[in-house]
Amino acid sequence: MDSSISSEQLQEGIGEHGHGHEHDAEGNSLFAFIVFLLSESIIFLSFFTGYIVYKTTTIDWLPAGVTGLEIKEPAINTVVLVSSSFVIYIAEQFLERRQLWGFRIFLLATIAMGSYFLVGQAIEWHGLEFGFTSGVFGGMFYLLTGFHGLHVFTGILLQTIMLGRSFYPGNYDNGHFGIMATSLFWHFVDVIWIILFVLLYLWQ
Amino acid sequence: MTDSQVKNTNIITESYQDLSARDWRRYFSFSTDHKVIGIQYLVTAFIFFLVGGIFAMVIRGELITPEADLIDRTFYNGMFTMHGTIMLFLWTFPSLVGLSNYLVPIMIGAKDMAFPRLNAAAFWMVPVVGVLMIASFFVPSGSAQAGWWSYPPVSLQNPTGQLITGQFLWILAVAISGVSSIMGAVNFVTTIVKMRAPGMTFFRMPAFVWTVLSAQIIQLFGLPALTAGAVMLLFDLTVGTSFFDPSKGGNPILFQHLFWFYSHPAVYVIILPIFGIFSEIFPVYSRKPLFGYKVVAISSLIIAGVSGLVWVHHMYASGTPGWMRMIFMLSTMCVSVPTGIKVFAWVATIWGGKLRLNTPMLFALGALIMFIFAGVTGIMLSAVPVDIHVNNTYFVVGHFHYVLYGTVTMGMYAAIYHWFPKMTGRMYYESWGQVHFWLAFIGTNLNFLPMHPLGLQGMLRRVASYDPEYTFWNVVASLGAFLLGMSTLPFIVNMVSSWIQGPIAPSNPWRAIGLEWLVSSPPPIENFEDLPVVISEPYGYGKSDPLVSNLEGIIGHSE
Repeated sequence: MDSSISSEQLQEGIGEHGHGHEHDAEGNSLFAFIVFLLSESIIFLSFFTGYIVYKTTTIDWLPAGVTGLEIKEPAINTVVLVSSSFVIYIAEQFLERRQLWGFRIFLLATIAMGSYFLVGQAIEWHGLEFGFTSGVFGGMFYLLTGFHGLHVFTGILLQTIMLGRSFYPGNYDNGHFGIMATSLFWHFVDVIWIILFVLLYLWQ
Repeated sequence: MTDSQVKNTNIITESYQDLSARDWRRYFSFSTDHKVIGIQYLVTAFIFFLVGGIFAMVIRGELITPEADLIDRTFYNGMFTMHGTIMLFLWTFPSLVGLSNYLVPIMIGAKDMAFPRLNAAAFWMVPVVGVLMIASFFVPSGSAQAGWWSYPPVSLQNPTGQLITGQFLWILAVAISGVSSIMGAVNFVTTIVKMRAPGMTFFRMPAFVWTVLSAQIIQLFGLPALTAGAVMLLFDLTVGTSFFDPSKGGNPILFQHLFWFYSHPAVYVIILPIFGIFSEIFPVYSRKPLFGYKVVAISSLIIAGVSGLVWVHHMYASGTPGWMRMIFMLSTMCVSVPTGIKVFAWVATIWGGKLRLNTPMLFALGALIMFIFAGVTGIMLSAVPVDIHVNNTYFVVGHFHYVLYGTVTMGMYAAIYHWFPKMTGRMYYESWGQVHFWLAFIGTNLNFLPMHPLGLQGMLRRVASYDPEYTFWNVVASLGAFLLGMSTLPFIVNMVSSWIQGPIAPSNPWRAIGLEWLVSSPPPIENFEDLPVVISEPYGYGKSDPLVSNLEGIIGHSE
């Protein structure tokens, strides 16, 4: 080794980055997932911008014969979905303490609440008197709720996989990137819905 | 690393024990080695570059006479649409991703990208995009014809009763290319932020890595807007929504906003890594440290930030209100500040240096000259009155070809020549490289300079025929284009013959400083025997500091 390098230099070199980065695959994945969600939020932001532009500039905003959206059922749906964010958080806490049964029960509850939301949305879609092609309002409504619904569905799928994995011993022994990412995704889906609820239902 | 990955790595290590980049078969396999993927990207992109180039030859062939006599107008529309799309989505983006893929992990002292399989998956989507694009020529209505920006309502003119049209395939291809780019961006940002070798602080990263990081951040925050616009356009085209159809209450200007919110910053996605290449090449061939390294590094992030605030300058003539034009004129002009800082830094690096005019340096210098020219016309175009005057004319075409050919493609050539010995373990033939450079440099200027007077005189772009008064400059431009087309031949000959039988390259033929030059040519499977421990800043030309503290371990037995 070159003798001109002081041990100080070497210390500085190692000290600044000494956390065994090559083995930190879970940390990398979580970081990457957060980066991905940031990127994903821009798609929603673009759709929101579109909605706001149309809402403020279109003359015949609502399709003929449509007076507005019913707010009561979606409001209940909103409460259920937002609460499920807390439920999955509790599930995570159980996992942290290695109490698998508590984890499973609360994760199952989250899945149930997410499914309730999806079914509620389907019923609402079924009862609406306008369609995807009923002007820009119809298009935006179904685009926004549909794209969000797709995310809810993905979230439920991820949760089901996490639930299934908990029955295989050893899966949650060291770290649990999967459930952290799933939970993060779920909070993301919830926040998006709150904005959607304000835009679509409260701002009429 | 999972068990299967470990097993895969073992298999690869065993069968390629002497790290043979000369075994061509591995480049046709589903490899997760970032170096193989990098070269797969580069070669695939170059093949599409040739396809896009042939389309350009057809366009310039048509424009050598005022009449539309070579091909019919519909086919001409398809030609310029696909030329633009292919050159952007299948040449510039993938080739730079390929180069970054090859270099970034080695430059930061990592063994591979953070997610090697994601990396491979992102690459294999590129040929799919290409096949979809080319396939659009074979559907009954012909390829997409609405230009690379696909503005509605032109792009919505779907022949009745046809679902699969060229335009439909075009949108699908762009969407897949977007997914591939987002996967790549997540991978790059994670790799650069989380996988650096011990001691490789942010301010010890080569300027190229800084530019890749900045460019990929733009991808992450810009590309989803284009995706949103493409999804809405797809629904308009296929199921009859009316987002962008003004006759049914839609708003086509919204598409322009979503499109340019990404597609303007996209220019920086491809130009920033070229700036990085300049910052790598000028110090080596001038034997001087990069002037103002930290400022050059930070200015990349500033460019990435400002790039998100300037998109409306593409829409001065789209009924944009005056106050908005003013704001975006000023923000656009602001981009020239961090960019100008970089240009001054490069000039200061070259200034008083001991220049070696090898092919990479020639290409980098040529590209820098043409970039300065493009920058000047860019500032002209950012001014609302000038832009309104030359809007949709050949002046704009001339400007962006100086950026995209003069700077990006020439910069890519500089990079390919510079790192060719590292990638292949062989030296290229210098004389062929010099021939290539002069043909390309003269061809580029003959081709794109005449477009400026043409545009100022009012010749519109995207037309197959024109008024005879524009003939002279069009003939010059076409001859330049054919020369430029021919300049590709010595490059291909050089690359193929050098790779097969060129002289064996040492690990550091340019006596350059950087982690990639410490490993053998081509680098071993996981790049480093032992991870390097970095102890000094990059670009220490003329200084005696070593770059790493464990030099012997890194080069291992490979020297």
